[in-house]
Amino acid sequence: MPTDLLYGAEVVLNGLMAGVLYALVALGFVLIYKASGIFNYAQGVMALFAALTLVGIMEGQVPFSHLINAAFGTDIHHFGWHVPAFAAILLTLAVMVGFAYLVQRFVFRHLVGQEPIILFMATIGLAYFLEGVGDLMWGSEIKKMAVGLPQGGSLWVEENTQWLGFGNEDFYGFFIDKLDMVATVIAVVLVLALVAFSQYTKQGRAMRAVADDHQAALSVGVSLNFIWILVWSLAGFVALVAGIMWGAKSGVQFSLSLIALKALPVLMLGGFTSIPGAIVGGLIIGVGEKLFEFSFGPMLGGATENWFAYVLALVFLVFRPQGLFGEKIIERV
Amino acid sequence: MLDQADGYMTADGRQIGPVVMEMKNITLRFGGVEAIKNISFDIREGEVRAIIGPNGAGKSSMLNVISGFYVPQDGQVLYKGVQRPQMRPYQVAQQGIARTFQNIALFEGMSVLDNVMTGRLTHMKTGMFSQALWKGRAEKEETANREVAERIIDFLEIQAIRKTPVARLPYGLKKRVELARALAAEPSLLLLDEPMAGMNVEEKEDMSRFILSMNDEFGTTIALIEHDMGVVMDLSDRVVVMDYGKKIGDGTPDEVRNNQAVIDAYLGVAHDE
Repeated sequence: MPTDLLYGAEVVLNGLMAGVLYALVALGFVLIYKASGIFNYAQGVMALFAALTLVGIMEGQVPFSHLINAAFGTDIHHFGWHVPAFAAILLTLAVMVGFAYLVQRFVFRHLVGQEPIILFMATIGLAYFLEGVGDLMWGSEIKKMAVGLPQGGSLWVEENTQWLGFGNEDFYGFFIDKLDMVATVIAVVLVLALVAFSQYTKQGRAMRAVADDHQAALSVGVSLNFIWILVWSLAGFVALVAGIMWGAKSGVQFSLSLIALKALPVLMLGGFTSIPGAIVGGLIIGVGEKLFEFSFGPMLGGATENWFAYVLALVFLVFRPQGLFGEKIIERV
Repeated sequence: MLDQADGYMTADGRQIGPVVMEMKNITLRFGGVEAIKNISFDIREGEVRAIIGPNGAGKSSMLNVISGFYVPQDGQVLYKGVQRPQMRPYQVAQQGIARTFQNIALFEGMSVLDNVMTGRLTHMKTGMFSQALWKGRAEKEETANREVAERIIDFLEIQAIRKTPVARLPYGLKKRVELARALAAEPSLLLLDEPMAGMNVEEKEDMSRFILSMNDEFGTTIALIEHDMGVVMDLSDRVVVMDYGKKIGDGTPDEVRNNQAVIDAYLGVAHDE
């Protein structure tokens, strides 16, 4: 097999795995959009906040320590204990559920029936608020996400794919990041679980009902408030998973919240209302930008990954505005 | 005032039971407009109770008060003899009061079967985690609920479209699916908001047949709003007549038909108040 083709295959593989990470972020958006018609600008910040909280809890950091120290003249920063990763993840999940409750109770409950643009504005406010709270609670320095996820390339994959080169000296086997492999497995499990949840459980059915028609959902005995809290909790859970994966990849820092921007083209491609759309959209963007960089990057001066996704999304907007899997909205006149 | 326990016998020999729902001096205002003015009436177990009246009489508002979508400024709602505290619509539904809407509120993206299954939500008791794990009780419950749903689908003769997404159905069938969803809740009281609006004669006949046999076979208590006097007179055991938010008549179809105030409201007579 010619080396170029092998490199190409490697690029596609890595693109697929990067795409899975994009899809993870996009999923959080889709969940909330489907159930409440809110485009949640704060999804990226939620991932950052979840990651910060997780690291903070694991390291036994005292929340709001700067504030406490400034107010009382104390000098405390750490409780002096370490919480095991698994327990810390559960605690963080509880924090995200609490956050979901507060968001519903103090923001969106008062905005029921408002225009989508108002709800969107509210999530922008929420994003900045949460960003500030995250800083205040856990500090703003860059942290390591040490939950025990494997790092580096997989030697096993490299050794077992070397034969594909058929003695070609330049080919050492496929290089695949172990973290990406773990992320892929987790994303697949997460998506299957979410689909099963929404298709087969009482709460899932109620969730779909709310997404479809509020009035009708009320008439069959579904509490909108409960479902919205549930949906925001699920989005918080997805944000936590995305935060862990991206945090392990590039450290827990402010730029984590910008992954939300990466999810935008994914959503335009896949459609805002489709869980499979988020996955396929993520994969297309992941593979597309890696392949484009691989084949045209050198000609265009590189760094095409920064803009390729957005251009692709623009092209999609022209030809298929509802995305690949989105619902086509036809207004009857 | 009739006693809780007693009832009456209909002309066609059905025994009507005690009062299920009692509305006492209900007044509903929207700003300065009084949509319902001090109305009282009751609904008895096993009967088909109609609320009729010209456009804008406040019929739908009354139905919305019963189902909790509107909260009246004055008056009491007694359900099964107990005064009902202020409730949200979903809590009313959980109490066993199902309804349909004048403008059809279905889950357009779901199949007919899924829509009917949402009607069973109030009957699903297992918690989220056992549901998620799809074990034992949850599975048994799902099967049992599915059986009820299928029975109702058979009953309303919509087997052929079980798997069709609702958005694709014509108007008349949508109305029937909405009825199926409400019936799936096995309600103690079923509220129908203009079940025959916009239907052709054939569809109206079908719907009438379903309403009557629902009442007959399942013993469902039904309160319905209808525009069309003729249809109402054939269907219902007792009729409340509303006009401009006031109750102007209450009784059997024959009594109502011969009530001068009702005739005036329908034929149009100058209101001299």
